[in-house]
Amino acid sequence: MAGTVNNRIEKQPFQLSKWLHSRKGQRVLICIAFTIIPLLLLLVFTYIPFAEMVKFSFYDMRYTGDREFVGWQNYLDVFKRDDCFGALKLSLYYCAGAIFQLVLALFLATILSFKVKGGNLFKGFMFFPYLISGIAIGFIFKFFYTRGFVFDTILQWCGFQLDNLPYWLRDQRINNWSLAATSVWRYFGQNMVLFIGAIMSVDAQLYEAADLDGANKFQQFIHIILPSIRTIVTLNIILSITGSLSAFEQPYVITSGANGTGTYFVIMNEIAHVSQKVGLASAMAIVLLLIIFACTILQKLFFKYVFRDAESEDESYRAKRARLKAEKAQAKAQKGVA
Amino acid sequence: MGAKNAKQKAVGIIVGILKYIILIFFSLVAVVPVASCVITAFKTKEEYNSTNVMTLPESWLNFDNFIQAFQKADMGRAFLNSVIVMLCVLIVSVIVGTQLAYVLNRFSFPGNTLIRNLFLFASLLPAVAMQVTVYNIMTALGFVNTLYGYIIMMCGTDVISIYIFIQFMENIPTSLDESAIIDGASYWTIYWKVILPLLKPAIITSCILKGVGVYNEYYAANLYLMNKNIRTIAVSLYTFVGPMGSQYNLICAGVIISLLPALIVFILCQKQIYSGIAAGAVKG
Repeated sequence: MAGTVNNRIEKQPFQLSKWLHSRKGQRVLICIAFTIIPLLLLLVFTYIPFAEMVKFSFYDMRYTGDREFVGWQNYLDVFKRDDCFGALKLSLYYCAGAIFQLVLALFLATILSFKVKGGNLFKGFMFFPYLISGIAIGFIFKFFYTRGFVFDTILQWCGFQLDNLPYWLRDQRINNWSLAATSVWRYFGQNMVLFIGAIMSVDAQLYEAADLDGANKFQQFIHIILPSIRTIVTLNIILSITGSLSAFEQPYVITSGANGTGTYFVIMNEIAHVSQKVGLASAMAIVLLLIIFACTILQKLFFKYVFRDAESEDESYRAKRARLKAEKAQAKAQKGVA
Repeated sequence: MGAKNAKQKAVGIIVGILKYIILIFFSLVAVVPVASCVITAFKTKEEYNSTNVMTLPESWLNFDNFIQAFQKADMGRAFLNSVIVMLCVLIVSVIVGTQLAYVLNRFSFPGNTLIRNLFLFASLLPAVAMQVTVYNIMTALGFVNTLYGYIIMMCGTDVISIYIFIQFMENIPTSLDESAIIDGASYWTIYWKVILPLLKPAIITSCILKGVGVYNEYYAANLYLMNKNIRTIAVSLYTFVGPMGSQYNLICAGVIISLLPALIVFILCQKQIYSGIAAGAVKG
């Protein structure tokens, strides 16, 4: 063995160095050199853990100590235990919140992308919550929702009686809404900035043309803005649905999942790191991953189907211009009648 | 005709006023929770106990809570750690990310699409779920409770920047590379001297996005940085969870301190942050 290796080394150096100095050799070298570190990191911190997770989901195990192969038992448990799969129901609150958040962000973005005095200031105020860390948000809202504190005081200013107000974080009828609201609070400004960016990239001439033609702001929104930014809107709808399935931060930092606010991931986190049932937690993670993938694929297919006859952006602009012209003609005709 | 115009004007004014009312309302919604924290942070303990939370403090110069919170949570040390983590992660992820993007964008080699898809798929895996088993890996590597281990892990989870770089690089004409090759430049020189300087806007964008993420990351940090002297700023806030659970004047001061750096950076580079958000839209 040693002999052959030596032979090879003796034979190769000349050719190898020549090859390395050729363009092709350099190309291979740079490709390897530049991809090896990111791939290694990706392997170690994403794909090996992922493979382990698949493996662990078939074991009854803790982080330390013996493990026992249990087959599909963990998966059955995920569906049987009330606290696991049932927790997915809570996603609906966050999903509703996310939809509200998107609509609100779109609305505010539309207002702000036209001339508004102090627009930057408003934008700044609404965006800033996005830059606050999750744990700080936890404290802020624990304080905000505490009985008789910030939120209650404000409602009292508005004429509500303290006795009629619920305990925002304890009352099971309302606490998930409270948490979903904090999620909206945190992200609506970020969504808004995203949409403003998209709206700004719409050809300004279209607005001018529409203004000249007497289209009001609402018509401009429906016929110019919405079609131009539908890609980013649909993308955000997809993200908000998968995001609400994996809702974690708000309940984790504000209520720690107490009083029926434990979302799927909060419970998974607890099972993994507190009760240390790593196998069950892994199975939970895999089940949710599969659901998220299924959702993503379904949504992609859905939007592909809905937009299947959508042309390229330029063409749709042209279509819009044509539509605007038609509207103009119609308006003229109506004026003529009047 | 005149009446119609007047009516239109009136509608315009009402819409205009309504617009500002809506904007002011939602700005208040965004600001009030934070503002209430600021108010409380300036109150003495007695004042906090005896007044309503929304009553303004007697003195806006009462910095006792800030000093106490800063010391109790050892926030000086935590700031230092956060800065170290941020600098390391940003430098490594920019270098590694631009290199990968360069190779992926400029060369077609077997595995190019595979690598892209690997990163894309990785971005779909929720971080919290992954920590169940990443914890195991971190333990096996001896990375638990070390700052460098945490830094290495944070460098490894980056997907968005790579996409920002690739997107940006598509707009750098390949003729630049070709003329450099004719001048006898190596691929490394092209990357270092031609591509990297041109990528500056994309690098700033990705640094802002990544920087915000790293500065605010607390879940993994809380899991892996247990020693007090390696805590980052977000984790240092956990100090207030147990024994000081209801001393909100202190807690609020701590919260305000922790978000001051973000506020300053935000005020200084609003434009870059907004364009960064728009560019990072892929991830949302």
